[in-house]
Amino acid sequence: MFKADDLAVFPVDLWIQQGVSWLALNLRPFFLAIKWPIESLLGLNDWIFHAVHFPIFVVAFFLIAWRLSTLGIAVFSAVSLIVIAMLGVWNEAMTTLSLISTAIVFCAVVGIPIGIWCARSDRVWNVVRPILDIMQTTPSFVYLVPVVMLFGVGTVPGEVAVVTAAAPPLIRFTNLGIRMVEREIVEAGLAFGADRRQLLFEIQLPLAIPTILGGLNQTVLTAMVLSVVVAMIGAEGLGLVVLQGLGRLDVGRAAVGGIAIVLLAMVLDRVTQQMATPRKSGRPAERGSLMRTVVRVFRGGRPDETVQVVTRAKEAL
Amino acid sequence: MTERLEIKNLYKIFSDAPGPALEMLAKGSGKSEVFEKLGVVVGLNNVSLTVPQGAVYMIMGLSGSGKSTFARCVNRLNEPSAGQVLLDGRDIVPIGEAELREVRRTRISMVFQHFALLPNKRVIDNVEFGLKLRGVPAAERRRRAEEVLTVVGLARWGYHFPHELSGGMRQRVGLARALATDADILIMDEAFSALDPLIRTEMQDELLRLQRTLHKTILFITHDFQEALKLGTRIAIMSEGELVRDGTPQSIVLEPGSDYVAAFTREIDRSRLFDARLAMRPAEPVLKSAQGTLVGEAGGFGFMLDGNGKVLGVVDAGGLGRARAGGEIGALSADYVSVSPGAKLIEVARNYRDGRPIAVIDDDGRFIGTLGADDILARIASTAPQAVTGERHVQG
Ligand SMILES: Nc1ncnc2c1ncn2[C@@H]1O[C@H](COP(=O)(O)OP(=O)(O)O)[C@@H](O)[C@H]1O
Ligand SMILES: [Mg+2]
Repeated sequence: MFKADDLAVFPVDLWIQQGVSWLALNLRPFFLAIKWPIESLLGLNDWIFHAVHFPIFVVAFFLIAWRLSTLGIAVFSAVSLIVIAMLGVWNEAMTTLSLISTAIVFCAVVGIPIGIWCARSDRVWNVVRPILDIMQTTPSFVYLVPVVMLFGVGTVPGEVAVVTAAAPPLIRFTNLGIRMVEREIVEAGLAFGADRRQLLFEIQLPLAIPTILGGLNQTVLTAMVLSVVVAMIGAEGLGLVVLQGLGRLDVGRAAVGGIAIVLLAMVLDRVTQQMATPRKSGRPAERGSLMRTVVRVFRGGRPDETVQVVTRAKEAL
Repeated sequence: MTERLEIKNLYKIFSDAPGPALEMLAKGSGKSEVFEKLGVVVGLNNVSLTVPQGAVYMIMGLSGSGKSTFARCVNRLNEPSAGQVLLDGRDIVPIGEAELREVRRTRISMVFQHFALLPNKRVIDNVEFGLKLRGVPAAERRRRAEEVLTVVGLARWGYHFPHELSGGMRQRVGLARALATDADILIMDEAFSALDPLIRTEMQDELLRLQRTLHKTILFITHDFQEALKLGTRIAIMSEGELVRDGTPQSIVLEPGSDYVAAFTREIDRSRLFDARLAMRPAEPVLKSAQGTLVGEAGGFGFMLDGNGKVLGVVDAGGLGRARAGGEIGALSADYVSVSPGAKLIEVARNYRDGRPIAVIDDDGRFIGTLGADDILARIASTAPQAVTGERHVQG
């Protein structure tokens, strides 16, 4: 019988190897230009997260979470952080948080303007959309290949992977949010003589904010997943705990990493999801009963979302 | 009255290349033919219209007839494919973006069917919107917004959010936003169509009340003929992107001119539309005496007028007959009802008492005609007014 192995094999690996070497050599300034700001901000964030003392951090996180979402979610966040500390992976969790927070900053700074640009020009959107499709259907695992080839291994290349993987949802939702603004309201803006800038800042962006925050939620979760996956290319953090546990067949250690990851993912998801929920009336009434919010945190606003986070976190391992 | 807005031979083709469609229309084809042949939608087909300062010009027609397209071409939310939109004699179709923005900020404002308020802004901020775009300083636009909110009766609601208001109140905000810019032309596209019937009537009355003091030039789009009759000083009726009839409310109901228009007028309550001037019989002099001039018709009452046309008194049919025969008129009676020529027939009917004559008296106090119960009935029932008029002459 004629077997697949009998076919002459194209030396694709060699071609790519050479191509990438050429790219790395000739476009070095370009890649450095990408890497430098990421490296700097990551270094700063990492330093801050590790420098702040544990109790202060928990209290600060509690207050911020309360401000951004609800008291119930803030309480849940604080408790989760304490549990993570008691699991003995506080430092790793802080590294993961710095990876995620850095990614959020870059995704917002790059993703939102790109999203706006896409919303205002069909031509741009037609170009960007297939790229986003490819980026979002590529398994996070495969992401690592080009990153390693172009940026090498370690925490900073890992962060590059996190940023590139987490940006697409924000771009998509920003574009969607702006395009979804009621036509009549946009026309009201035009009819009263708004120019393009006024239209954007007075009407389109403000009305797109709930959708953009929904995209931010997706971006945070993607960043969470990727920040774990990039342990495979040598990035530090909770992912590394799991990876090392598995490598040494230390199931207990791996599980500890896993639990911490799930808790962190839930905290970030609940806080950002709550931000995306539009509040109509004043905030005090919204805060409602503590118990109800706690229940909601566990059940989740969107029932399958928690499951999804968990499965994605697992899948990431 | 001066002409504020003049639309000349306006065409709108929904296509990037309107040329062929315009050619077909110029050769006399209609909207459906163009669509069949070229697959291109015609929004407006050669519409010309003159809107005088202070008019409430109603654009009426079935859904899809091109009303909104027309309104939106006036402030160029839709770009006209051909034709002119003259604002105080100056064509605004060819002007550039910056100038167009200036026109929209200061001359033409708009009220939307679904209000189109910014849900994230308070009522007062919504009202300030146009002024903010124009760059009016914060304090000044706040003052102006509060003023306008008072005018529309929402003084207490400025610091609430739109979702806290009822539909009617939201549209008052929409109206306030349009009034705040001091634009003298208001485009209202189905502005009251989304409201409940009662609220709608209330808003119509409110608009009429405001218009009495503001004297804006209003282009009001509606698919409701009743609304058109109630609000309009003039009505233009559209069909298939064309203007098929244009005139005063009374004249359109009197002479629809086509089945399409007649279909709208059929169910109309004529007693609330037609006025005394339309139903009355003009005064025909019977004789001059030392007392004054006696006017009247056989079988009806006679009115004795002085040299200025003022009513001195009434004589009954018997007295009138005797006067014709050259006899004594008898004593004049003061027992008659006077109505103004603009009084709607429904009001005239309310004042009607059996056996009492009605005198139509103009603003200067001059007698210009009379009408009886039969005249009122004939007018409010008429679908073919010409025939009724003819019959009356036969009687007379
Ligand atoms: N942007 C558009 N593109 C294509 N066709 C349109 C567009 N806007 C309106 N039309 C068409 O133009 C015609 C008139 O529409 P419109 O002015 O909205 O009618 P109306 O306001 O009287 O209901 C309709 O046939 C409609 O389908
Ligand atoms: Mg319409």
